[in-house]
Amino acid sequence: MTKRQGLLRYFVLAALTCALGFASMAQAAEEGGFPSAGTNLRDQASLQRGAKLFFNYCVGCHSLKYMRYSRIGEDLGLTEAEVMTNLNFTGAKYGEPVVSAMPMDLAATWFGKDPPDLSLEVEAKGADWVNAYLNSFYLDPASPIGWNNTVLPNAAMPFPLWELQGTQTAVMAPGKDGQPGTVEKLELAQPGKLTPAQFQQATRDLTNFLEYASEPAALQRHRYGVWVLLFLAFFTLLAYALKREYWKDVHEA
Amino acid sequence: MSNVWSNLGDWVTERTPGMLPMYRKHMTEYYAPKNFNLWYYFGSLALVVLIAQIVTGIFLTMNYNPSAAGAFDSVQYIMRDVEWGWLIRYMHSTGASLFFIVVFLHMFRGVIYGSFKRPRELVWLLGMLIFLVLMAEAFMGYVLPWGNMSFWGAKVIISLFGTIPVIGTHLVEWIMGDFLPGDATLNRFFALHVIALPIVLLLLVVLHIAALHEVGSNNPDGVDVKHGVKGNRWSPLAPADGIPFHPYYTVKDLVGVGFLLLIAAFIIFFAPTLGGWFLEPDNSIAANNLVTPAQIKPVWYFSPFYAIVRMVPSFMDTAVWGVIAMFGSIFVLFAMPWLDRTPVKSIRYRGRGYKIALTVFVLAFLGLCAVGTDTTAEVIPAWFGSDVDVTFWENLFGRLMTLLYFGFFAFLWAYTYFGWETTKPVPDRVTTHD
Repeated sequence: MTKRQGLLRYFVLAALTCALGFASMAQAAEEGGFPSAGTNLRDQASLQRGAKLFFNYCVGCHSLKYMRYSRIGEDLGLTEAEVMTNLNFTGAKYGEPVVSAMPMDLAATWFGKDPPDLSLEVEAKGADWVNAYLNSFYLDPASPIGWNNTVLPNAAMPFPLWELQGTQTAVMAPGKDGQPGTVEKLELAQPGKLTPAQFQQATRDLTNFLEYASEPAALQRHRYGVWVLLFLAFFTLLAYALKREYWKDVHEA
Repeated sequence: MSNVWSNLGDWVTERTPGMLPMYRKHMTEYYAPKNFNLWYYFGSLALVVLIAQIVTGIFLTMNYNPSAAGAFDSVQYIMRDVEWGWLIRYMHSTGASLFFIVVFLHMFRGVIYGSFKRPRELVWLLGMLIFLVLMAEAFMGYVLPWGNMSFWGAKVIISLFGTIPVIGTHLVEWIMGDFLPGDATLNRFFALHVIALPIVLLLLVVLHIAALHEVGSNNPDGVDVKHGVKGNRWSPLAPADGIPFHPYYTVKDLVGVGFLLLIAAFIIFFAPTLGGWFLEPDNSIAANNLVTPAQIKPVWYFSPFYAIVRMVPSFMDTAVWGVIAMFGSIFVLFAMPWLDRTPVKSIRYRGRGYKIALTVFVLAFLGLCAVGTDTTAEVIPAWFGSDVDVTFWENLFGRLMTLLYFGFFAFLWAYTYFGWETTKPVPDRVTTHD
């Protein structure tokens, strides 16, 4: 190895080190603090359970305006009849999008704001956030709606899944210097229909369904991705062999 | 069959006598140095990405609705109801970021091997113009999906012009066509993004390549191949160290294209948002002038320049200095051929001071990236505890990086103008390793 090559290598190494340092900084910045939701879009049974939860507990107020019933049926392996009897309670047609029956002008007066459309909730907030949010409601007598949430303090939503989880109360840590106290942890005060483990599975299913709803194309991406990569790897290999063949005489000369 | 093709070829050649000589001049008889290395892939890759952006862009245009009321919905329509719409959109959004990656690397190649130096100054200037237009193109494209980050990004970036004394406020309204980014803004940005700037971009690319082929390509040794020893297997008049661009570099670049497509496909199919770096989560919320995103920050490829705006403090009652510094950070690159006065082109034969300065410059650029993407704002409390004054340390770091960024150019000029650099002898012929 000549001295020149040695220097160049040193330079490339330095550049790589910087890139790695930058990447690790970015990684440190990513770690935002919510436990992993553990969703899996390949788990169709989980998506179906999540859809059932959504249409039983959420669609009363929240729409999925970019999501058609027919698409849900197609992607989740459900027949039109199954979707129309088990998931569609608003009388919408099969090809129509999921729109809540909630009158939005009244909703704003009831809750202080419109219940947001959830089509892109997971894309905007992340699956971990949504899952943590669903697990973090507690009874708060000081709140006008009786509920509060540690992930989104003063959330406008009363906890719709309380009959499943039961009710949590907050254990408060005393505030410093006359400041109001902060929530230290949540405790299950009264059990619901589901055990804590079952409830965690339920919110994971619901988050999984919302993740699917925020990007139905993810199912197609995963289906085709591997084949595209395999084809391109083959193409690149072929191109490399072609290059080697063509360049033989350059190296000989 | 081959007879049919050659007959067709003759038929065309008879009617357009200029075509074959042009093809020869730019392809089969364009003699490129035979020692191109990894860095030399990025020019052709930039061309490939440009074409991919134009083709995918055409298909997006068929389904996109350029109005404040319909833009955001139409993107979701593309993602869900248009056949393969998701693929086309992800190709376009991933292509935008990859475009900047390959262009940054392409420019860096030009710097380390002195490709901007005499006689290639015009090639460099045209390339810098391409970079400038590309930034405008990317900014306007980013506004079109009309997410909340599109809206606030547009508002912040256009407001930069508001810092210009006297005419600033009027200029901002003139650019937006409104008091806030709205229908008028979106429509004009759409027109500029899909027609005006791509035409300018294509014209500049043609000129960039034409100017290059006039003077010939540089190479990792910085040796002047065109005016060196003559005579190779193809012609006694051609450069001895040159090989025909076609087929040698077309097949070689094909390998590069394969690698680029592999990386692109991996992102498109398995991580289209790349953890929020290529597509930001806040842009999944529709534009809303009443709700400001928690942090307004540009996409990663603008972050070093945006960091400079943020880091330069206001004084004399105006924030215009930051804006001047930001544009300065790009325009100073135009002056590279006149700042770096050492005749030795390649980093291989340059002085130690140059190598150290360039390393510092790369670090400063990455440091500014970290500031502009708000990475430092999250890393400082994570590494040094939440008691530290984040703004103070971020400003200190960011301002140091800004000084180092500009300092590189000042040092480079002094170092080469006063002859402080000790260069090594440049060989007569190119060196190859394999």
